[in-house]
Amino acid sequence: MRFRGRSFIAFALTPEPPIANWLAELDNWRRDSPGFFAGRPIVLDLSAVTLSGHAIAHLVHELAARDIGIMGLEGVEASQLEPGLPPLLKGGRSATADESEAPVRRRPALAEVPRQEPTSLLLDDPVRSGQSVIFLGGDVTVMGSIGSGAEVVAGGSIHVYGAIRGRAMAGANGNPRARIFCRRAEPELLAIDGYYRTSEDIDSALLGRPIQARLEGDDMKITALD
Amino acid sequence: MAKVLVVTSGKGGVGKTTTTATLGAALAQRGQRVVLVDFDVGLRNLDLVLGAERRVVFDFINVIQGVAKLSQAVIRDKRVDTLALLPASQTRDKDALTEEGVARVIGDLRRMCDWVICDSPAGIERGAILAMRHADAAIIVTNPEISSVRDSDRIIGLLDAKTVKAEKGERIEKYLLIARYDAARASRGEMLNVQDILEILSIPLLGIIPESDEILRASNLGCPVTLSDPTSITARAYSDAARRLNGEEVEMLVPSDKKGLMGKLFGRRAA
Repeated sequence: MRFRGRSFIAFALTPEPPIANWLAELDNWRRDSPGFFAGRPIVLDLSAVTLSGHAIAHLVHELAARDIGIMGLEGVEASQLEPGLPPLLKGGRSATADESEAPVRRRPALAEVPRQEPTSLLLDDPVRSGQSVIFLGGDVTVMGSIGSGAEVVAGGSIHVYGAIRGRAMAGANGNPRARIFCRRAEPELLAIDGYYRTSEDIDSALLGRPIQARLEGDDMKITALD
Repeated sequence: MAKVLVVTSGKGGVGKTTTTATLGAALAQRGQRVVLVDFDVGLRNLDLVLGAERRVVFDFINVIQGVAKLSQAVIRDKRVDTLALLPASQTRDKDALTEEGVARVIGDLRRMCDWVICDSPAGIERGAILAMRHADAAIIVTNPEISSVRDSDRIIGLLDAKTVKAEKGERIEKYLLIARYDAARASRGEMLNVQDILEILSIPLLGIIPESDEILRASNLGCPVTLSDPTSITARAYSDAARRLNGEEVEMLVPSDKKGLMGKLFGRRAA
């Protein structure tokens, strides 16, 4: 028997009082974007409201009636929950899931190959100003540069064989072991697991040089590679 | 079938319109049939740079709306008979350009000539996106300054995402044209040099146009510099770029700040 970890990006719904208005707003939203919630993992974040156990059960029921299945609850005490409700989750992190401006060309899927989520992303083209590449599944390798005003967000490490002139955010899923490497550092921002340095906080002697950035505890260490 | 080029930059005032007119003239002088299309609806300039402003009767928008036929709106140049212009409307705005209308007109122009050169408006909004939409190749005009280079980087990203070619999974050809290059200032580090720009943008270089008075004079005369002053350095630079577009191998001359004997003797001419 084997147990394996699996991570998903869940959408967190955060109801605000009064609940009736919030539900009405949700209905408006569903009318504009039907099917948005279908098949998506949804977490109900109750930190913004104070509800009794009965009210929580009622809210979950109301959402289920709208085809929004709740996989877990957040922001409440376990003692408040009635039996039969979705489990209480802890340690969730927020993640942004903006649509990138399609710098990643899609390849036609091969029907015979069993579907497997890729664990790394390789970009042959530079990441241009204004583009945003978000890959939470693992490492990102960029053969060119990350331009000024561009950003790369990776669940794992970020390897750049050109310059970083924009923003590089590694370990975005909460991975403090992620690192950032590049051949030429002129970044606007480097971040690992939420800890960040802007260009002003980076030793100017390192600018323009090949560097590595990693976390030591709460501190980001940036060192030259040559 | 013609090749469709877009001349674009993101930033304004870098020399898109001058480049469209001069490269178009240079190609036409080599016997190629060229139609220039002004996409800067509401702020048209290409007619002035070509000296055709008093000959505009119908425009691009009239053709899109079916008021005029393409053959009625296209203006033939009086100096080079293989050069023609489809002017923009000055009285309308960019909303008058429709996706289908632009597709139809570009499709018709493709059958008429060897090159369709689209002069993009500045910015990254609707007008600029429609100008690049049907291009096979793009000329990105950049000045040697960081703001212009970063805007060009942004435009290259859009070319790879928003053109018909990119949406079909094909690659749009991209060429860099560095305009208003001042070798003396670049060597003093007051401007980015050619290497810096190529390193940031990493696309092939089509040409380097030096900063010059001739080009300003040519624009004000309404005559592209390759016609008005064909032996000047600027005209040479544009002619060489046109030959490279045509697939010829031409050696790239990077303007240097080394002055010749005459330059030294008559040194401090007002820049």
